[in-house]
Amino acid sequence: MLEIKDLHVRFLSTGKEAVRGVDLAIGPGQRMGLVGESGSGKTVTAMALSGLIERWNVDMSGQVLFEGRDLLTCSREQLRRVQGKDIGVVFQEPMTSLNPLMKVGRQVEEVLKIHTQASPAERRRLALEAMAQVGLPEPEVTYEKYPHQLSGGQRQRAVIASAMVIHPKLLICDEPTTALDVTVQAQILELLRSVSRDYGVAILLISHDLRVVRKLCESVAVMYKGRIVEHGDTEEVFAHPQDEYTRRLIAAIPKRTRHE
Amino acid sequence: MKIEHNKNFTVGAVITCFMLAVILVGMFWTPYDPNAMDGAAKRLAPCLAHPLGTDNFGRDILSRVIEGAGATFLIAAATVAIGLAAGLVIGGLTGWYGGWLDECLMRLNDAVAAFPSILLALVLIALMEPGRSSVILALGVLFVPSFARIVRAEVARQKSLDYVASARLMGAGDVRILLLHILPNIVPVLLPSVAIGFNNAVLAEASMSYLGVGVQPPDASLGRMLNEAQGYLMSAPWYALSAGAAIILLILGFGLLSEGLGGDAGA
Ligand SMILES: Nc1ncnc2c1ncn2[C@@H]1O[C@H](COP(=O)(O)OP(=O)(O)OP(=O)(O)O)[C@@H](O)[C@H]1O
Ligand SMILES: [Mg+2]
Repeated sequence: MLEIKDLHVRFLSTGKEAVRGVDLAIGPGQRMGLVGESGSGKTVTAMALSGLIERWNVDMSGQVLFEGRDLLTCSREQLRRVQGKDIGVVFQEPMTSLNPLMKVGRQVEEVLKIHTQASPAERRRLALEAMAQVGLPEPEVTYEKYPHQLSGGQRQRAVIASAMVIHPKLLICDEPTTALDVTVQAQILELLRSVSRDYGVAILLISHDLRVVRKLCESVAVMYKGRIVEHGDTEEVFAHPQDEYTRRLIAAIPKRTRHE
Repeated sequence: MKIEHNKNFTVGAVITCFMLAVILVGMFWTPYDPNAMDGAAKRLAPCLAHPLGTDNFGRDILSRVIEGAGATFLIAAATVAIGLAAGLVIGGLTGWYGGWLDECLMRLNDAVAAFPSILLALVLIALMEPGRSSVILALGVLFVPSFARIVRAEVARQKSLDYVASARLMGAGDVRILLLHILPNIVPVLLPSVAIGFNNAVLAEASMSYLGVGVQPPDASLGRMLNEAQGYLMSAPWYALSAGAAIILLILGFGLLSEGLGGDAGA
């Protein structure tokens, strides 16, 4: 479904090549993790996949094929038709990824307004449904609230609801739980798992934390300095890491939690 | 958006509401016909029949101040509306798209801003013909650069925020993002500038009419009245004082309002 071939991204401003030849493939309904230390190029990769990088800021080469169409070279119109509808994105910062002046419910509906002909009543119904699915309390009440009236965990749920409401084929989550405390983290991961299971949504989960990836993803790619250094079944990679860097990443996990 | 109830804001609101009420009433009713001359009542000092006295033609100054304040207010409001509308479009485009469009429009902007504003207004009016609509148009053009610059900076700032990225990732088009997402978020920053712009417009209208290129006689505007009053500063000081006081009240009200808003927006 999504296939990345030899992706390179170099920033023109600094001349730095943040992504240096990434190959990845995600099939329908698959959950893949992308791990690596800070600065390894995970976010830049995600941004390139989702079309968020301004093309004139960077030098990009390679291919990002989504259902056969190259997102790096297609027109903005074509890209926009995929964005939101087929590929949803959830960011690290639930605090800032919602519009502070727009009601939460309206933001959950937004993607329906952009991509579907659904009537206002239908949109509202779908939004409320999605909000209930992601575990937001009293959807009818929360619908009318503004982001600052929600907790961090609730905001992240709202963001996930807004990405999920249209049932995309792929959800890219860039450190979706990093800004949240541990219990909420676990809940959000559980939520992502059920969303993926119930709707067959593929997930690309980006994290610097192998444990998070292990909880959710059946396969994992390890990124180091802009390259994928190891790639495979999550448990397999955990049990028999082939790459020196992966071994260090695993070794860095506190012992107590390593075999939970 | 919540407005903190500070003293500036409250006093400003009271003064502004008072002036607006007077102007509104003045549109339908004034104590006398502002243009009715009375040869028997020239340059009367304030008295019961004429609370602010009469002018050289025996016209009731209170009626003229009310009518003039209305004219000045409308001109200032229209000026700000033009400046703001064009500023929103130009600032929105340059702030959002950047690049060569930004370069071109902002240089043009700087060029307009570089001229001494009163001088440029005079030239523009001379190109048209003196009168109300010329003043509005000329001043409106003058007001574009400052609004454009504020809007541009604010749009560029909002553009880098995550919620805008989220909207883009949902496949929202540029127009939708600018109007639906960014515009509401820059209003709080714009409000104080609008109030300040309004004040500058009141002063500019007064200057234009004072210089004789603005509102034409016999119509009243506060600047026009100052112009007429200067000949009688000694013999009828209440004339100039009344017009001056009305200008001060208009400006003071909006000035305090903008300070009240500004303090809030900055917090
Ligand atoms: N807009 C940009 N301009 C220039 N360089 C950038 C830009 N964004 C990222 N980089 C560089 O690209 C490299 C990869 O950054 P990236 O954000 O992808 O790391 P990451 O793996 O997501 O790290 P983290 O775990 O901290 O989020 C970094 O060295 C960073 O300095
Ligand atoms: Mg990152």
